[in-house]
Amino acid sequence: MLKLPIYLDNNATTPMDPRVLEAMTPYFLEHFGNAASRNHPFGWQAEEAVDYAREQVAKLIGADPKEIIFTSGATEGDNLGIKGVYEMYASKGNHIITATTEHKAVLDTCKHIEKIGGEVTYLKVKADGLIDLKELEAAIKPTTILISIMYANNEIGTVQPVKEIGIIAKKHGVLFFTDGTQAVGKIPVDVIKDGIDLMAFTAHKMYGPKGVGALYVRRKNPRVKVTAQMDGGGHERGMRSGTLNVPGIVGFGKACEICRLDMEEDNKRISKMRDHLETELMKLEEAYINGSTEHRLPHVTNISFKHVEGEGLLMGFNKNIALSSGSACTSASLEPSYVLKALGLGDDLAHSSLRFGLGRFTTDEQIEYTIKAISETVLKLREMSPLWEMYKEGIDLSTIEWAHH
Amino acid sequence: MAYSEKVIDHYQNPKNVGTLDKGAKNVGTGLVGAPECGDVMRLQIEVDDATGMITDAKFKTFGCGSAIASSSLATEWLKGKSIEDALKVDNMDFVEELNLPPVKIHCSVLAEDAIKAAINDYRLKNGLEAIKFEESVVH
Repeated sequence: MLKLPIYLDNNATTPMDPRVLEAMTPYFLEHFGNAASRNHPFGWQAEEAVDYAREQVAKLIGADPKEIIFTSGATEGDNLGIKGVYEMYASKGNHIITATTEHKAVLDTCKHIEKIGGEVTYLKVKADGLIDLKELEAAIKPTTILISIMYANNEIGTVQPVKEIGIIAKKHGVLFFTDGTQAVGKIPVDVIKDGIDLMAFTAHKMYGPKGVGALYVRRKNPRVKVTAQMDGGGHERGMRSGTLNVPGIVGFGKACEICRLDMEEDNKRISKMRDHLETELMKLEEAYINGSTEHRLPHVTNISFKHVEGEGLLMGFNKNIALSSGSACTSASLEPSYVLKALGLGDDLAHSSLRFGLGRFTTDEQIEYTIKAISETVLKLREMSPLWEMYKEGIDLSTIEWAHH
Repeated sequence: MAYSEKVIDHYQNPKNVGTLDKGAKNVGTGLVGAPECGDVMRLQIEVDDATGMITDAKFKTFGCGSAIASSSLATEWLKGKSIEDALKVDNMDFVEELNLPPVKIHCSVLAEDAIKAAINDYRLKNGLEAIKFEESVVH
């Protein structure tokens, strides 16, 4: 029996894997010690567990355990990585290069840096969501200290040419930070091969617990340092003070290990379901996939259904299917997704989009249900849409003078 | 955000979806909103020339559930009303009837605008001057 509601919003967060929970449980009750307590077995046990998790996390991304700084999540990692480099390398320069489709945790951090005297270049992306490497290289100047480009996008799943960015960064002696939140645990990420100097990522996007993440900080070629943004007991090599979230870290480690071992098998299954979902939904008229289909996460698709509005569309099934829309009708601004707009989509298409994030626990049955429910709702709403009627009558909607409100 | 039961009911069972002959002299059409704002409402009324009563009303709406519900409700309210009474429908009537939250007030404004636009279209077709309305406050 199909159990409702169906969860297809795995880019927002993932359910925990039961194996992760199992690994965490003892660290709430029996092994509750503070990993910084050096003088008794409670502390030793906690420290040992953290060390083990640090290895598990490091192994997933090809790093050395010493290069892993535990944080509260990717937002903190983004802040620490970018602000930390900005402060640490202030004598070298004050210019940062990023892109318009980055997550708000990066964009708002960059805006903060602009306020305190830094200079930020926001690269545009091409219609497929990828940055132009030539533009990136051209934007580098003597004062550039950091390139911050995400590994994969949260709304459209587009995977940036990280390896090539790493090469450009190295060539110019600029550090490369990447927000790896959506990519780590989902596709192979290797900080050495990819030439990454700093990377933020988080447990809850890879079937681990919320409230724990990591910042990878390279220790060799070059040795990178960040200025702490949280002062205190000097934990995490002085880069991030605060008592370690031992159960969370244990869960994070376990989640990373499972991802490393199961990634290939999981992806085969998940991408097959994603492709099927996409193929079937694209059979609807005037449906468009947003972002690159070539350089994309295997579990994500973002589709616009022209002439129906995203939030209205969600309402047709959101009691039974959990999805996100690029429409922002709920916000006072009425501004649709800035990521979709950055691809050059008109506001009408941006308002008509749905984001699908499949996951480890998605089933074929759920996908079949979803295809049917969404197709039916799109057809029903188009019957109700004046834009659809005009389109069918051959009226060019761009020639109409709309009363903007 | 949870929708009110009335919004859900109108969304699931919208009243008077459809199209009237926009070329007919006794039909007024109001098309308001814009695709880039995420809402477009088209409201049509059919008027009995002799009595000035609205005999039929139809809508089509591109928008969220609250926009669809507001326009569906508008058609229900308009049927059987005189033009004069139809002009008295206020956006706050929709807010109250549908329990719209603050972020959805623009849907009610749009519905009120659609009614006025349909009436003006009817008036112009019949040699009457368009009524000048004050700009709605919430846009």
